[in-house]
Amino acid sequence: MKIIVCAKQVPDTTEVRIDPVKGTLIRDGVPSILNPDDANALEAALCIKDAAPDTKVTIVSMGPPQAMEMIRECLAMGADDGVLLSDRAFGGADTIATSSQIAGAIRKLGEYDIIFAGRQAIDGDTAQVGPQIARRLGIPSVTYVQKIREIKEKSVVVERQMEDGYEVLEVQMPCLLTAVKELNTPRYMTVSGIMDAYNAQITVWNHNDLGMAPENCGLAASPTQVLRSFTPAPKGKGEMASGSVKDMAKTLVDRLSEKHLI
Amino acid sequence: MYAFLEPKHEMVRKLVRQFAETELPKEVIDRIEETHEFPTDVFDKMAACGFFGMRVPKALGGQGADYRSYVIMAEELARVSVVANIWATTPNSLAGGPILNEGTDEQKAKYLKPVMDGKIKICFALTEPEAGSDPSAMTTTAVKDGDDYILNGRKCFITMAPLADYAIVFARTNPDPRAREISAFVVDMKLPGVSTGAPEKKMGCIGCATSDIVLNNVRVHKSNLLGAEGSGLKNALATLDVGRMACAAQAVGVAQAALEEAVKYSKERRQFGKPICKHQAIAFMIADMATKVESMRMMLYQAAWMKDMGSKDVAKYASMAKYYCCETVQDIVGKAVQIHGGYGYMKDYKVERLYRDARVMTIYEGTSQVQQMVISRAVLK
Repeated sequence: MKIIVCAKQVPDTTEVRIDPVKGTLIRDGVPSILNPDDANALEAALCIKDAAPDTKVTIVSMGPPQAMEMIRECLAMGADDGVLLSDRAFGGADTIATSSQIAGAIRKLGEYDIIFAGRQAIDGDTAQVGPQIARRLGIPSVTYVQKIREIKEKSVVVERQMEDGYEVLEVQMPCLLTAVKELNTPRYMTVSGIMDAYNAQITVWNHNDLGMAPENCGLAASPTQVLRSFTPAPKGKGEMASGSVKDMAKTLVDRLSEKHLI
Repeated sequence: MYAFLEPKHEMVRKLVRQFAETELPKEVIDRIEETHEFPTDVFDKMAACGFFGMRVPKALGGQGADYRSYVIMAEELARVSVVANIWATTPNSLAGGPILNEGTDEQKAKYLKPVMDGKIKICFALTEPEAGSDPSAMTTTAVKDGDDYILNGRKCFITMAPLADYAIVFARTNPDPRAREISAFVVDMKLPGVSTGAPEKKMGCIGCATSDIVLNNVRVHKSNLLGAEGSGLKNALATLDVGRMACAAQAVGVAQAALEEAVKYSKERRQFGKPICKHQAIAFMIADMATKVESMRMMLYQAAWMKDMGSKDVAKYASMAKYYCCETVQDIVGKAVQIHGGYGYMKDYKVERLYRDARVMTIYEGTSQVQQMVISRAVLK
């Protein structure tokens, strides 16, 4: 089986602080990490490889040259090889441009059975790139995959997470699945994996390699512009009702009446 | 960023730090201190990450990493738990070292691979009540009897002895006390005549039992002799040579942890109307600690780099790193406790454990005075 995992290097938002004046992220000195949902995506691929060792897992990522370190981290966890899309022409890409570049790379890689992606990246939180890639490649996608139940000869049976339950879906391969953190616990790298990862050759592709004109890449091909990003002011602490359901209902009605809401 | 390190070494640091912080949170460490037992699931996970066979070539089932990777692993584990580091470094040095140095292919397959995979535990039995810094004074004997050797004697302070499946026992194969003919044997701890004493009640490094091993007419087949007869002392010293850097790394990890705790506490604790870190007396102690931690680190990384580069002078530098790091960490954990004041004397605070765990470092794997002997001989030659 051939599996592609889409991974992104992101700033570790648990360590990002907000500039109180400008309202922007202070990224200086913040470590870069493998996007957490993408680690779940990779783990899902590696579990398939554990069960069927002739499986090949390829990482595809887009980012500046420093994203190479993240690809090496994926190799040290057990991926077989990696491709980094890195080019000034790719800079400033929104999800539309990103998905067209990544889909271009996947087409160039050739045949595949499953593409795994994380649900969303912690820096942009759009959750759009995975499904957009599937659309561009003309394959089915299932988002929010919380469990892989069975891999059949030509299809996969998965559970799709809902707010209050899950759906069981069977999807034809090739397909794209986006992973949520409930899917698994990503494994650690191994020391020997790290040693191999630093001897591995990681392919880097630019717009020429993808056969794309610069005007169809990056900022030039991005219809979305971010006007402003901000942190909403924290809400005040709410009041919790306690006691029996009857007591709590009474408290709630009293409060709402007090405020003339009912 | 450090002069002697490459990106792959920082990736090893990232792995080990993530591992230690995830698998060894305060609750787990407190439980180890209470029960004196190290959790087997953490032990197994360390094996799975490859921590037990760092420098062993991949062809033998090891990780194929270098000395710098090894010392960084030791530093980062010790930063969170010294005892976890003892469990991880023992297979690399004291248990695996003698087999890697002198073992036959069969012995490597039988003992080294399972040690690296965490399937068996091997302890290193060199020290005796009357033979510590001078191992050539040992009195344990191995007398040839047909295809076997008969071992008799008592080993003491043997780390992991009550938990080990095998021991590498060093014994005299020539009864003449003037002959320094010492040989190494892999001894199955289940053999008739092998017994261990009660676990010692130690000051620190709780969670890895230490005891005597008593050998009473233990019959060991000659296939368990490591290397040639008489090569044991050389093998032991070569093993300890490697252990020195890991021990220095352990001191760096503990010093780093003590510094971090002191910084955190000095920002929280207020006296005379401000955080104590705003008082120069405390701020300058922290400046001293931070400077010393960096000097320890540089000495260690340089020694490990020299070893990786195949330098002939490395023994002197490894001894210097062991001596300097293990002495300096005493000062740093002392200051960390001092900054914590009365709280630092209480077991609720991490520095109390760091202080106890650090104390043995100037003693085991070659005392500071033995390191001074090695260094002075190299300088005065």
